[in-house]
Amino acid sequence: MATRTEMIEVKEAYSKFTARKMLFILVSLGGLIALVLVATSLGSADLGVNNVAHAIAARIFPFLNLEVSTKVNVIVWDIRLPRIVLGILAGAGLAISGAAMQGIMRNPLVSPFTIGVSSAAGFGASVAIVLGAGMVGGEKYLVITNAFVFALLAAFLVYGLARIRGMRPETLILAGIALMYFFSAGTSLLQYIATEQELHAVVHWLFGSLTGASWENILVVSIIFSCCLPFLIKYSWDLNAMIAGDEVATTLGVNTRRVRMICMALATLVTAGIICFTGIIGFVCLVAPHITRMIIGADHRFLLPCSCILGGLLLLGADTIGRTAFQPATIPVGIVISIIGVPFFVYLILRTRKEYFQ
Amino acid sequence: MKLEIRGVQFSYGSVPVLEGISLGVGAGEVLSLVGPNGSGKTTLLKCINRILKPRRGTILVEGRDVSRVGLKELAHSLGYVPQSAPSSFPLTVFDTVLLGRKPHVNWRLSERDKEIAFGVLRLMELDEMALRMFNELSGGEKQKVLMARALSQEPQVLLLDEPTSNLDLRHQLEVLHLIVDMVKERGLSAVMAMHDLNLASRFSDRIVMLKDGKIYAAGEPRGVLNSDNIKEVYGVETTINSDSGRPYIIPLTPMGKGSRKKVISKIMIREDLTLYV
Repeated sequence: MATRTEMIEVKEAYSKFTARKMLFILVSLGGLIALVLVATSLGSADLGVNNVAHAIAARIFPFLNLEVSTKVNVIVWDIRLPRIVLGILAGAGLAISGAAMQGIMRNPLVSPFTIGVSSAAGFGASVAIVLGAGMVGGEKYLVITNAFVFALLAAFLVYGLARIRGMRPETLILAGIALMYFFSAGTSLLQYIATEQELHAVVHWLFGSLTGASWENILVVSIIFSCCLPFLIKYSWDLNAMIAGDEVATTLGVNTRRVRMICMALATLVTAGIICFTGIIGFVCLVAPHITRMIIGADHRFLLPCSCILGGLLLLGADTIGRTAFQPATIPVGIVISIIGVPFFVYLILRTRKEYFQ
Repeated sequence: MKLEIRGVQFSYGSVPVLEGISLGVGAGEVLSLVGPNGSGKTTLLKCINRILKPRRGTILVEGRDVSRVGLKELAHSLGYVPQSAPSSFPLTVFDTVLLGRKPHVNWRLSERDKEIAFGVLRLMELDEMALRMFNELSGGEKQKVLMARALSQEPQVLLLDEPTSNLDLRHQLEVLHLIVDMVKERGLSAVMAMHDLNLASRFSDRIVMLKDGKIYAAGEPRGVLNSDNIKEVYGVETTINSDSGRPYIIPLTPMGKGSRKKVISKIMIREDLTLYV
């Protein structure tokens, strides 16, 4: 029967479509691993990819008994890898937060930064740097904890404001933008009264960089990230249903208010956990999900994990360029990613159909 | 009764939209809600599927009070086809239809779920566009996909908001035939909000005519769709042709618009003058 064969054709086409998405995941993962090796080998001391691979393998698989010189080992494991791993984690975390925020708001131009998380973190950090005042933690951690706490505070405020009007995307975005201006003004005020040294520290923090990377930071970030990731992925179906609007999602059994609230909380937590260590690295949380969506579509079951990989790839790539292109000077990754990312992004927008932005 | 509505009352703020609506729909029955803009058709549908919460009254789907059933459980028995849906992100047609299986799955789709979605695509002749992106379709195609999604949900009660509003002549007939066939074959119930009285007349078992949030008339198409009712509810003069067994409405003129007509003809005359002089 003709209908039977047609049905099989559709099925085949769909499995091919799924296979293409899996292939994209594999290729980008492969690309990420290759980039890690290259990035680790690059720097003021040229190590060569081979040495680097040896040093990494020696630590991960001790039973191989590989010989590695102490110098290479120290450079790889104590200097370069922490920065690289934090870069990947930060890219992945920011990207998935962005993807989730865009999903719950049904808006491709939204990110955790839209609801004021970054400017609040910036304000928190500035308070710690300029006034030396903080919520919790010793002097060493003052900036970090302050940034983290203020970022969460922003999300709470947005949530509180939006709750009054029923958690609709427009209300969330408006409340977020209002807060963003408020905290930016606060940061400007602090910059105005700061001493030159403090001002320098504030500005440097606001750029966003991976200079402060350490295994300690990585542990904290990866704990937060790995706690939130499964939950976000669990909501893939609900996010897919919400693409068709709240009404349709409701009739498919999705409690849109709850999903929106939980995803917002998780995205904020991940973002706050990252930017409190790195400063404000914007853009990656906007652009990584965007590019992923252009390549594999908006099915969140694939979009969320793929955005992670692509985010890691982008951030690591940008940081490697910033670290090596103008040696011995290092350009903060927050700046690099915007400079090289924006033209690329504009190119993609111009290439894409206009329906995408309606 | 698959769907029973008892004394439902709803208001937006202090503006009453629905007042004391009671009706029932049995298995294998298609019921159309008709009435002018703002008469409460869509609001009633949204009360049934819990998008809106009625101020008073109860709504029973398969004997269960919708306000006491979980959303997911409700989605097992109630499918909703909106007039249109926002489509900001590129999701394939197939994945959109597959969403209808959402209430039935936790995370992993079974082969059966996919099978059902493929079947519905076939049934609605959408398989050609299975891998196209939903947000790139035309209005009519979107509407068909939204309906396919509701069908793959395998509900007992189908709620359709203007299911033919974006469709061309051929697709209007196809979609309505499909709805009626599904309802009869599987013993479902369908409630449709309809603007087109002739389509409503032809494809419904019963018609409920709403006026200002109240039921003005209810019953078989023959009893409800007569000149007097239409004049009273829509304010339109009509003649009714009943040759085919079902009333066929030929709208003539809106009532009480005589004065406006004169003004328009005057304007036309003036335009003529400027055109030809």
